[in-house]
Amino acid sequence: MSSSTAIAPVTSRTDLQPAGGIANGSEEQYVTFTVGSEEYGVNILAVREIRGWTPESRLPNLPDYVRGVVNLRGIIIPIFDLRARFGGGPTQVTKRHVVVVMQVGERTRGILVDAISDILAIGHEAIKPPPDIDSGLVDAEYLSGLYTAENRMVTLLNVGKLFAGEHVDQDAVPRAMLEPT
Amino acid sequence: MDDLSRFKQTYFDESAELLAVAEAGLLRLAPGEIDMDEVNAIFRAVHSIKGGGGAFGFSDLVAFAHEFETVMDGVRNAEIPVSTELVDTLIRANDVLSRLLAHADDGTEPPAGTTDDTIAALRRFLGKTGAAEETPAPPPATVHADDEDDEAGIFGDALAAIQAARDDQPPPVAGPVPGGKSPGDKVRWTIVFRPKAELLLSGNEPTYMLRALRRLGDAEVVCHLDRLPSLRDLDAELLYLSWTVTLLADPRVGRAQIDDVFEFVADDCDIRISAEALPPAIIPPAEPAPAAQPAPVRPPSVQPAANLPEPVVPPPPPVAPPAPVATSGSAKPGDGAKRANGGGTGGDHAGPTTHTIRVDLDKIDRLVNMVGEMVITQAMIAEHLRDLPPGQFQELLEGLEGLAQHTRELRENVMSIRAQPVSSVFSRMPRLVRECAAMTGKEVMLVTSGETTEVDKTVVENLVDPLTHMIRNSIDHGLEGPEERERVGKPRAGTVHLSAAHRSGRIVIEVTDDGRGINRAKVLSKAIEKGLVQPGSALSDEEIDNLIFLPGFSTVDQVSNLSGRGVGMDVVRRNISSLGGRIGVYSAPGEGSRFVLSLPLTLAVLDGMVISVGDERFVLPLTNIVESLRPKPADLHGLVNKCDVIMARGEYVRLVHLHRLFGIPKAIDDATKGLVVLVETEDGSRLGLVVDEVLGQQQVVIKSLEANFRRLDGVAAATILGDGRVALILDVAGLREMSRHGSANSGGASAPTIPSLAAPADRGGQRQRQTV
Repeated sequence: MSSSTAIAPVTSRTDLQPAGGIANGSEEQYVTFTVGSEEYGVNILAVREIRGWTPESRLPNLPDYVRGVVNLRGIIIPIFDLRARFGGGPTQVTKRHVVVVMQVGERTRGILVDAISDILAIGHEAIKPPPDIDSGLVDAEYLSGLYTAENRMVTLLNVGKLFAGEHVDQDAVPRAMLEPT
Repeated sequence: MDDLSRFKQTYFDESAELLAVAEAGLLRLAPGEIDMDEVNAIFRAVHSIKGGGGAFGFSDLVAFAHEFETVMDGVRNAEIPVSTELVDTLIRANDVLSRLLAHADDGTEPPAGTTDDTIAALRRFLGKTGAAEETPAPPPATVHADDEDDEAGIFGDALAAIQAARDDQPPPVAGPVPGGKSPGDKVRWTIVFRPKAELLLSGNEPTYMLRALRRLGDAEVVCHLDRLPSLRDLDAELLYLSWTVTLLADPRVGRAQIDDVFEFVADDCDIRISAEALPPAIIPPAEPAPAAQPAPVRPPSVQPAANLPEPVVPPPPPVAPPAPVATSGSAKPGDGAKRANGGGTGGDHAGPTTHTIRVDLDKIDRLVNMVGEMVITQAMIAEHLRDLPPGQFQELLEGLEGLAQHTRELRENVMSIRAQPVSSVFSRMPRLVRECAAMTGKEVMLVTSGETTEVDKTVVENLVDPLTHMIRNSIDHGLEGPEERERVGKPRAGTVHLSAAHRSGRIVIEVTDDGRGINRAKVLSKAIEKGLVQPGSALSDEEIDNLIFLPGFSTVDQVSNLSGRGVGMDVVRRNISSLGGRIGVYSAPGEGSRFVLSLPLTLAVLDGMVISVGDERFVLPLTNIVESLRPKPADLHGLVNKCDVIMARGEYVRLVHLHRLFGIPKAIDDATKGLVVLVETEDGSRLGLVVDEVLGQQQVVIKSLEANFRRLDGVAAATILGDGRVALILDVAGLREMSRHGSANSGGASAPTIPSLAAPADRGGQRQRQTV
């Protein structure tokens, strides 16, 4: 995954071997994926499933990283474009792009990434804090740390904070809309 | 044991209903306008709760209910005058009863002293009337003979015993009436009553008939158990008993009166009535003992009644536990009330057959969900069939059409199961108004209309909070105090009008008050003070009115118990919009304010028109659509270079390009090449939506967008189309807002026109007036 092409070579699903073996007490497993040349990881416990790209329905008047909504077996989930979220412009999707479906609190949402790359067992001590970045450049809120796998850097994301701004104003609604179905 | 707990559940369910009946009745109770039917209904409700409570051994509850009932009895005998203080106490007693029931349901003990205050308060009223300090004593002995019927609700049988205890002349003592030796000039009747096994199924209750006979004279009742099968074969719903009644009656009691007793069951039983002295029983009576044991089923329960003349005189208080079996489901609390209206002694028959059943809500919800999925599947099939070569699969297409029809009917029927009149919410409001009025020291009259309007249960449930807020708001902020009202020439008591009506497939609920209206200057200055509005911005009156829906807005300087924390109207609006509804406010200074809520009738399924814009598809609720048309260039006019208007149906309508509003690429911009869908919002204003194409009508299942994401302007919800893709359901009123303010503004629901306040919703049928 050290390739630096604009769109990383797509890794097929069969590559999903737990690389670090079974996590022991101090280790947690992370699913890592690529967006462009960068590799990101999220805690595996937040990941509900990984699915191929299906065409989305766009939502009006939202930032470009809100890709739209798709039907996940009868429930409607929003898809966020991670590349666009990090300022790389909207992803030109192909059939090989992948959506990582995650459970964030009570909400289910998908993030669009280029490819899944690995599952890593990472010990807490191996996670380095993100460098002191000028907050104007990178909003470090959603970065939970950095990890070095072989000679690549994996940016670990705090999914809870990644899209926190998305629903801040609405979370105060005392009662979410009843979902009749 | 499982059986018993089931009965218990029934008891709690029914008690909840009875409490509601009692509360509604109490709230209507006011000095000077006493409706005896109401009073009786309250009495019966409390009495039934007491009776059932005794059956399950809730002794605290029974003791308390007894106190309550005693006072109610005094009220209905006009021994205790109805005063506001009394009504307040009774309402409080109703609450305590409700708490006791809740504790009984949980199986917890109510905290000690829960009832003390209220009991003391209740007893004070008894003291005033001189009706004996020594409660718990049996209620005054002025119970009329026919009251027995009123009381004989669900838990009837203990009453007979209580009655026996109260009666001035004790019921005839059991033991064979000396054969043939009729005392005095009495006539001896022998009545053989052999009901068919199905008698109970039609809701009839032989006990009542036996009691009615007893009222005609001295009766000796012998119950025959010859038809009683073994326990294994016993069907709980069937009646296996028969009776022979030997009646020593006054000669004035004629055959006709005896016939009357059985009038309503004549077809369901075999009755022989003879005036001669006959051998008392045709069939030798069997031993009653074994029959008493079976599982708690109905028929044996009749037995105590049959043996009534036994001198069972329970000591006061008359809380003799009735047979626990008496709660077995089929009896409805309403029956008692209906029967009461029947009045007289002769018409003592079982209540009208009920055609209702209780169904667990979960079951209905599952059904609704299933229908929802079916609607999607059906749409999917239809979608695929559209690709078939035309003309070849005629029968398949016809079949599908039939399926679509049936699906629609199924959906409507399932939905109607869940429909409930809004009265279940409205009926809570008098109480609220009463409390608010008391707290603010204002005089308030609540007028409700249209409470029979039906709407889906989920909607009804979600109405309580918003309406509570709105009514509080109206009383606290809207209405003036009595003195101020008099100064400005209004009646002392303010009026809050709550109405509901169906309008174009939605339910519209209005809360109108005749108070001072919204103080726009104050609202604006507060909004500026709180930084909600830029100083110096020029806002229209409606825009100012709508500021009250902004989060954190409150004009009240001091936080009161009622409102003023600034969490009121914005929560209302969010709750309402999360239900797919809208709220608007119309206000005229000095005349009052009107809040209009408009909500969908159901939150599950919607009839929609699928339209396409660019590559996107949307669903427009059918109820909003007036027509769709392709305008000719001559029909379109520019309006001061700002927007296009179209002449449609004799009025100019503003055109809104959906693709511009939503930023959709590759869409048709020229209205003459696309289509204009003429839509109408709930408040009647029209809009021409420019779309690419209208794809067809379809039922869609409403899916929440908020569950996993958030609300979007101009979007009511989402749905899944036949091909599995998501389509957004458009919110026409929201689109109108967006097009007025520009899409960046997530503005509030402002109103275009201010309908006259002078005509507060008069539609909706019967009105109901009450003073609080």
